Amino acid sequence: MLTAEAPATNVSLPATDRNEPARGGAVIALESLSKTYSEVVAVRDFNLPVEGGEFCTLLGPSGSGKTTTLMMIAGFVQPTRGRILINGSDVTRLPPQRRGLGVVFQNYALFPHMSVFDNVAFPLAMRHVPGAEVRELVARMLKIVELTGFEKRLPYQLSGGQQQRVALARALVFEPTVLLMDEPLGALDKKLRASLQLELKHLQRRLNVTVIYVTHDQEEALTMSDKIVVMRDGMIDQVGTPEDLYERPETAFVADFIGEANFVTGVVTATTAEFATIEHPAGRTIRGVCAHRFEVGAAAVASMRPEQLWLATGRPTGDDENALPGRVTEITYLGEAIKYHVIVGEARPRLAQTLVVRERARSDSARFAEGDAVHVVWPVTETRLLDGRDDVG
Amino acid sequence: MTLAEAQSSALAMVPADAAEKRATRRSLLLLAPALIFLAVFFAYPLFDMFGRSFEGPEGLTIAHYEAFATRTIYIRVLVITFQIALSVTLLCLAIGYPIAFVMANASPMVMRVMLVFILLPFFTSMLVRTYAWMVILSPKGVLVASIEAVGLGTPKLIYNRTGLLIGMVYTMLPYMVLTLFSIMKTIDQSLTAVAHSLGATAWQSFRRVYFPLSLPGVAGGSLLVFILSAGFYIVPRLMGGDRDQMLATIIAYQVDILLNWGFASAMAVILLAITLVLFGLYARFVGLRQLLASKF
Repeated sequence: MLTAEAPATNVSLPATDRNEPARGGAVIALESLSKTYSEVVAVRDFNLPVEGGEFCTLLGPSGSGKTTTLMMIAGFVQPTRGRILINGSDVTRLPPQRRGLGVVFQNYALFPHMSVFDNVAFPLAMRHVPGAEVRELVARMLKIVELTGFEKRLPYQLSGGQQQRVALARALVFEPTVLLMDEPLGALDKKLRASLQLELKHLQRRLNVTVIYVTHDQEEALTMSDKIVVMRDGMIDQVGTPEDLYERPETAFVADFIGEANFVTGVVTATTAEFATIEHPAGRTIRGVCAHRFEVGAAAVASMRPEQLWLATGRPTGDDENALPGRVTEITYLGEAIKYHVIVGEARPRLAQTLVVRERARSDSARFAEGDAVHVVWPVTETRLLDGRDDVG
Repeated sequence: MTLAEAQSSALAMVPADAAEKRATRRSLLLLAPALIFLAVFFAYPLFDMFGRSFEGPEGLTIAHYEAFATRTIYIRVLVITFQIALSVTLLCLAIGYPIAFVMANASPMVMRVMLVFILLPFFTSMLVRTYAWMVILSPKGVLVASIEAVGLGTPKLIYNRTGLLIGMVYTMLPYMVLTLFSIMKTIDQSLTAVAHSLGATAWQSFRRVYFPLSLPGVAGGSLLVFILSAGFYIVPRLMGGDRDQMLATIIAYQVDILLNWGFASAMAVILLAITLVLFGLYARFVGLRQLLASKF
């Protein structure tokens, strides 16, 4: 009876010092989690370990199943198959109120009829925390999110950013070990979002809470995360640190979704343990680093970041560099950089393609003009060879 | 400027400017046809009735109001009228709230089906529906017969307060359900989800979050049903007992049989005045809350 009544909590435990929260974020494990809505598979065989205190982001386009996954962890959506473990115990069948997780929704979902104080005090009231302690905990939490003095305001009297902080305070006041966030900054303008990203990251570090964060904004994911899970069509495409994903994408989808990328498709003509050479039907030959082992004759796609490419008047002599001849079609001045669009393979219009080159602006920036014949050059080591069956966006 | 300051300064109100005033004037012009219609067909009869209530054989008089106030029978009718209206309101609320709740939280398909059923009665005349109830509830009707068959005695279900309440609750329920439903539809479902995630049980999240947010609907529906019930004529006339006659029946009697237009008008004005007072109370105590809820 007692367990059925009382929601999971850490508040009633005899905490040694509440002013210095030093609890550990919970370890989460998702094991072959799947969700099927009648015919549609929203999430397919999702396996993911999340370490305690880790900031883990589920990143993907809309419809990739990231929110469904989050809602399954929160307990609002019952998985069709699979298990959810928090600190080793299976919570798959527990109702949301007994999982003891903090949840922040995109629309904040503040209770419109309650003051800021009452909103933040709500989870404590549900746990029957005595009044004096409630006042103390709420005051401390509001101080952390810098909203002291706003206790009596109603949600509609707050700006979007302030509402977001109230939602955050409310999700954290009962000291959950896990915080789930569904695009919490999605409704804010760019500048505010950037500053809140940093604040959120600091807060997460300070409270040492495990965060699972859903977003479709790759920049946001790169800024905040310890670990990014790129999702597509309900499945994991790649898991890794921001550096892993940006510098060593394993699929063309990841290379394309995170940052900007140039792609040249082709067939593998030669391969060693680390490097391979591919050839495009129009004769473009490119050497690059293999993301995984390729067989000769397999389809592959070379992926290059625009900032790794530069323009040269002639073909370089060494074989540490790839080079393709082309013609400058567009020059965009970006301030700190210059962006060139270069069309390659113009001789066969059906197979021609445009490469984007992003050179840092220099004093001799004006050395190329639209229409100039150039070579696009980039190092072999900055060329990733990825699976060619993958659709390139 | 710190972040918090920047946010609070962004909150500062923008004053209404001249362009806004011009827009108001233009919209008033567009409203004119409707306002004229209301004036002719609504305001004029009301003023006429108000005038007649002070008309006597020798010019202006308050004799009609005096007659009403000094005769216990009329005060008794007034009390009964509001008693019945209150009972009907509470019964409609008790029955209507769960229906509206289920409807507002059902799948779109179920919701549509329920809406059709609730709107269905409006497709037939109220008189016809009242006669149908009279047949069902009559002492020789199906219902009484089946209750007798089960051995639960012979209840009297019509021409008394019971019959009156059955008929009136039946008639008023759609108004209550639709008003509640319209407010419940605006309650963000993620609020309940969030309440759960913060540790609330189903009952706690209903009591602390959902119910307070549905209060504007409760107040609006109750006011609507109460006002409609207080002036109701057909059902009390046909299904009530002699002791359940409400103000509207008495007014009709004065007009139809006694041709005492002055006294009938005076009673109508009294009914209107009490209703307006109730409305004022509603606006004062509930209106604020409704205003607040409509921000979301």
